Amino acid sequence: MSWTHKDLLGVRELSREEILFLLDTADSFRDISRRDIKKVPTLRGKTVITLFYEPSTRTRVSFEIAAKRLSADAVNISTASSSVVKGESLVDTGRNLQSMRPDVIVIRHSMPGAPHMLSRILDCSIINAGDGAHEHPTQALLDLFTIREKKETVDGLKIAIIGDIAHSRVARSNIFALKKFDTEITCCAPLTMLPPGLASLGVKVTDRLDEAVADKDVIMMLRIQKERGGTSYIPSIREYASLYCLNEEHVGRARKDVIIMHPGPMNRGVEISDAVADGPYSVILDQVENGVAVRMAILYLLSGGES
Amino acid sequence: MTILIKHGRLIDPKNDRDERVDILIRGDAIEKIDKNLSGAAADRVIDAEGLVVAPGLIDVHVHLREPGFEWKETIRTGTMAAAKGGFTSVVCMANTDPVNDNKSVTEYIMEKARAEGVVRVFPCGAVTKGLKGEDLSEMGEMRAAGAVAISDDGKSVRNAQLFLKAMEYARLFDLAVICHCEDDALGRGVVHEGLASLVSGLDPVPCLAEEIIVQRDIALAAYVGSPVHITHISTEGSIAIIRGEKRRYDKVTADTCPHYFTLTDEATLTYDTATKVNPPLRAASDVAALKEGLRDGTIDIIATDHAPHDATSKDVEFNLASSGISGLETALALCLGLVEEGILDLKGLIRKMTVNPARLLDLPFGEAAPGKPADLIVFSDRAEWTIDRGAFLSKGKNTPFHGRKVRGKNLLTIVGGRIVYSDPDFR
Repeated sequence: MSWTHKDLLGVRELSREEILFLLDTADSFRDISRRDIKKVPTLRGKTVITLFYEPSTRTRVSFEIAAKRLSADAVNISTASSSVVKGESLVDTGRNLQSMRPDVIVIRHSMPGAPHMLSRILDCSIINAGDGAHEHPTQALLDLFTIREKKETVDGLKIAIIGDIAHSRVARSNIFALKKFDTEITCCAPLTMLPPGLASLGVKVTDRLDEAVADKDVIMMLRIQKERGGTSYIPSIREYASLYCLNEEHVGRARKDVIIMHPGPMNRGVEISDAVADGPYSVILDQVENGVAVRMAILYLLSGGES
Repeated sequence: MTILIKHGRLIDPKNDRDERVDILIRGDAIEKIDKNLSGAAADRVIDAEGLVVAPGLIDVHVHLREPGFEWKETIRTGTMAAAKGGFTSVVCMANTDPVNDNKSVTEYIMEKARAEGVVRVFPCGAVTKGLKGEDLSEMGEMRAAGAVAISDDGKSVRNAQLFLKAMEYARLFDLAVICHCEDDALGRGVVHEGLASLVSGLDPVPCLAEEIIVQRDIALAAYVGSPVHITHISTEGSIAIIRGEKRRYDKVTADTCPHYFTLTDEATLTYDTATKVNPPLRAASDVAALKEGLRDGTIDIIATDHAPHDATSKDVEFNLASSGISGLETALALCLGLVEEGILDLKGLIRKMTVNPARLLDLPFGEAAPGKPADLIVFSDRAEWTIDRGAFLSKGKNTPFHGRKVRGKNLLTIVGGRIVYSDPDFR
């Protein structure tokens, strides 16, 4: 199989076979990060720019490390210290970066479709590192990688996704990705955080946490954006936590070998209790480790490599 | 100057006419319409064999952007686009800078239109000063200066008591009241709330945002016995409300725009900002309901909501892009799609673009009869062409229809006995 996409804008556009191909490629890269000398020359001479219009620790560092371990030159732009603060438009920023001949631009933006815009006007590869409430494809891919690693297969699993589904790019990308496999997905949140028509994506929907976690193989928690507290979505973070904070009792209702996932950064005591976050079922730090391998794989494939 | 249009199929819904005739224009008026006027001497003879002749189209909803946004459009370029599209009269909305909320702005627009306009321009004044929804504008003075309607288009007048008073007061001057129906809190998103928004993650606008204000504005109008016109309706629910209310109250009229019955919200999945428009492109079920509303007469008028924008306003993230579609030069072809689909016959379509808008605004246009102003168009209902935004006369190249193959093209536009547009391929 060869990789035919110029960009990675979303997982929705990928086939099941392409996803598995990418995960297999990531498998072959994972050991590099566990060696003493964590570097291979695969992408020597390639330039990767990370262009982040939103704050990020995990994703940005993960991309940078992935690029560097493949010997690509990584350049990081955060908008607080760039000409964006001088009012430069995204299109102009993109065209200017293009003139410096990068091979890949990794973009995170608060608005859906921003990576698509860059993709239309630039020749280099674009990776969507999160665009508003739309997609966060590498997060879904590393989540699938982690699920496959722990469960051997993605098919046949029952998965709960819990939190602010309406505003979550992680939820969307995971739903799109998991629906390409034989999975049963249950989304859970107060109605105010569930987008209307969600069930039409082929998922179950409930506002009861007890119901959502019952008999699940995988529980994915979403980060509650604290700035949404006290708005029209929930009256307070405290009340939300009293209803939707995942604790050990909930975990007890799931399958014995359940894994608990979270894309980070966690709000301990809000959507997830300390005991669960640090407990035996948590694979949250595995997700972070696998993120590097998955991002190495996508950088490699977009740069023309084949497994 | 005399013009003889020969052998055309004249369709004039006002006078219930659909026949092959010759038309003689002398000066600014139609002199004669007859089966055979080949004996008549004329300075210019136009062979309209195989073509349709109709009263010039009237658009009750355009944005000409002047004064204040001349880089997006001017009265000159906007009316050139209108003439090309087959429109001989346009009503321009008040959201200029300064806002058209007093007679000096109305006078400025009228003066510019007289000096540089290619078709007739009728300003629509603001309901409230500065479109702020707080104080009534001086509609009497605007009427005297040439305004034919009032609207705070772009938003609804949020204060129901104030809008009720505006409707009452407007009756003093027989000003049509045109309602843009949108609850500002529910309408905060950028695309239709549906499967496409679920997938794209773009902030959604539920149909409800439009429908509750449609219901409110009709209730307000009925309460004070005023006529009310609901513009650019986009949803199945609005159609149902208007259909029901029309049975109880006979002073309700409504329009929709070609993009609402031609495209669905699926077009927004590419994040192409040319598809960003307010109200947003709706679901397939809404499109079907609009077509039924056009067929059964619930929708009286087709308007363009011509909303030209410069590239800079559209070449940005979807959330940040200006809303609107440059529509004057594509409307006729898209509307003829309704005829091809069997939703309307030609006469029914032309009725919604001539006599019905003329009646709403009490304009002496929109018909073709001896003694009446010679505002006429000649178009082909069959000619095939491909929409090319680069060929637009409008400064606004913002169209989601670029590259679309369509049938039906305006070839000649006559305003007041003067040929103001002639298609380059038309002999």
